[in-house]
Amino acid sequence: MGILEVKDVGKRFGGLQALGDVNLSVNERTCHAIIGPNGAGKSTLLNCFVGKLIPDTGSVMFDGQSVLGRTPYEINQLGISRVFQTPEIFGDLTVMENMMIPCFAKRDGAFRLQGIRSVAGEKELRDQAEAMLDEVNMLDKRDMHAASMSRGDKRRLEMAMCLVQNPKLLLLDEPTAGMARADTNNTIDLLKEIKETRDITIAIIEHDMHVVFSLADRITVLAQGTPLVEDTPDNIKGHPKVREAYLGEAH
Amino acid sequence: MLGLNKSDTRLLLIVVALVAAAPIILNPFPEGSGLAQFNAGYPDLMQRFVIFGIFAIGFNILFGLTGYLSFGHAAFLGAGSYAGMWMMKLLSINVIPAIIFSTLIAGVISVLIGFISLRRSGIYFSILTLAFAQMAFSLAASVLTPITGGETGLQTNLNDPRIFPEFLGGGSSIDGNIPKPSLFGIEMTASYQLPIGGWEWTFNWGYYICGVVMILAFYMAIRIFRSPFGLMLKAVKSNQQRMNYTGLNARPYMLACFVISGMYAGLAGGLMAAMDPQVGAERMQWTASGEVVLMTILGGVGTLIGPVLGAGLIKYFENIFSKINSNLLHEWFAFLPDGLEDFLVTIIYPFIGKGWHLTLGLMFMAVIIFLPGGLVEGGKRISRAIRRPKEATAADGKTNPAE
Repeated sequence: MGILEVKDVGKRFGGLQALGDVNLSVNERTCHAIIGPNGAGKSTLLNCFVGKLIPDTGSVMFDGQSVLGRTPYEINQLGISRVFQTPEIFGDLTVMENMMIPCFAKRDGAFRLQGIRSVAGEKELRDQAEAMLDEVNMLDKRDMHAASMSRGDKRRLEMAMCLVQNPKLLLLDEPTAGMARADTNNTIDLLKEIKETRDITIAIIEHDMHVVFSLADRITVLAQGTPLVEDTPDNIKGHPKVREAYLGEAH
Repeated sequence: MLGLNKSDTRLLLIVVALVAAAPIILNPFPEGSGLAQFNAGYPDLMQRFVIFGIFAIGFNILFGLTGYLSFGHAAFLGAGSYAGMWMMKLLSINVIPAIIFSTLIAGVISVLIGFISLRRSGIYFSILTLAFAQMAFSLAASVLTPITGGETGLQTNLNDPRIFPEFLGGGSSIDGNIPKPSLFGIEMTASYQLPIGGWEWTFNWGYYICGVVMILAFYMAIRIFRSPFGLMLKAVKSNQQRMNYTGLNARPYMLACFVISGMYAGLAGGLMAAMDPQVGAERMQWTASGEVVLMTILGGVGTLIGPVLGAGLIKYFENIFSKINSNLLHEWFAFLPDGLEDFLVTIIYPFIGKGWHLTLGLMFMAVIIFLPGGLVEGGKRISRAIRRPKEATAADGKTNPAE
């Protein structure tokens, strides 16, 4: 039984069957990649995990609980953190403030009125945030305006914001999209380290096969809304069906 | 000090000093001199400075931190005034129950309005709040006449029931006059005149009560700005999507913020009623809501001191600039040849007296275009320009957080 169990999930947008009977099981402490050509329904599937979309049919169970009908913040409180395709950070705030917000969310829940305590006085949380920034090598940027950073830094910050919450499941939606090669390699190293040192499960959507094959323990290939194959990276590489999905009918 | 960091403490102390010394600072010109009409140190106006300061501080907690622009804050101001009036009519002429009750009533009303308005954001939120405020205005002017006095408004009367007339010193109506709002038996209008040289300074009891309340309100605002709650409000402004996926529910944060902001407005309304015990429905009109928006933007949105400065500036213009008339202008330019004098007076005349709105409008445009951060940004630029030559060799210091 995996930490994330997807059963018969279907989603239709008007006349378009975006997802049809998706079955997927992500095992604990593994990195599971979901790949597929454009329009295969990867992002739709991911949005069904985090409460942005509700599938028409099927069920999504996380850690023994259904996530369907829960709001994104409730799902995050269950232990799922999400990294977006374009980094979603608090651009108006400093890097350190960006880090403090998820720390508060983790400790205090979805809402807690603390109008009198000061952020500066929260020593324990600040230490946590700083340690996490150190881990992603951003401690020197702690007072920077988040919006003024490079895209690679924004991505690292977003990942640090997710990781500081110690999520059980980290969802990555094309984390290296639009990144330079060096940044991509840094991200791979960072994710590898996270995987080894933390009690975390990673589900990743990615186009870059270099990233996928460096990280994934298992790969699901999605095509036209249905899973084609699920296997280890080595077996996927030479799989005829995968070639077909990516390159079209054999020529 | 008091849980504030160094720069915040300094800011608070400056505000305390300014409030305490305002009767002197605002009266820089000797009595009887030609410039005496620019003196703003009379009780009525000083009270308005600090009361509108409170109103703008509260508005800025909502607009400055979360970016939600409410066009209906006058509804809370008016509701606070009515509530305060009723306390002074029914309970005691003492201002304390009036102020507390006005804050609470505004809080209750803002829960209702906020709960509905906050279902939308951006311009739709603004329109919803505007609609509610106009509804409140119409209700106060017509349907709710038994409570609000309709178009004649609400005043204290000699035969008001006042069940605890002696509360905290109370106020006497023994001599057959309508009792005036008071605290510890001293009326709000009580003043101590101090003539020194050509100057005459007026220390007014009501002003100092408002001043103390404003300092408390300002202190609370600093604490909110620096608190985890304030950080969450900034997160709402910055990126609601990220906030949502970080496990935070923005809605209750917004509602709490809206209610706090509404209570500040109610407090200001209550003080207004306490200083001048009469209130009409026009206090709820949308122009009053617009005024607080102007104050906040003029002073500096999202800064701590900005709204107070903006409130002071607008009230100063409204009361001082509007008093200049063409006779005065002729007096000032009397040293010029007749033709030139008339010409200058003709040009300047539309901008003074009843035309003070025109001056305000031009000033507002100038601030928006050249100083989007308001007066506070202007102040920062000036201080940077002064400091720059000294630090020319040193590396540019790190940016200061907004004050």
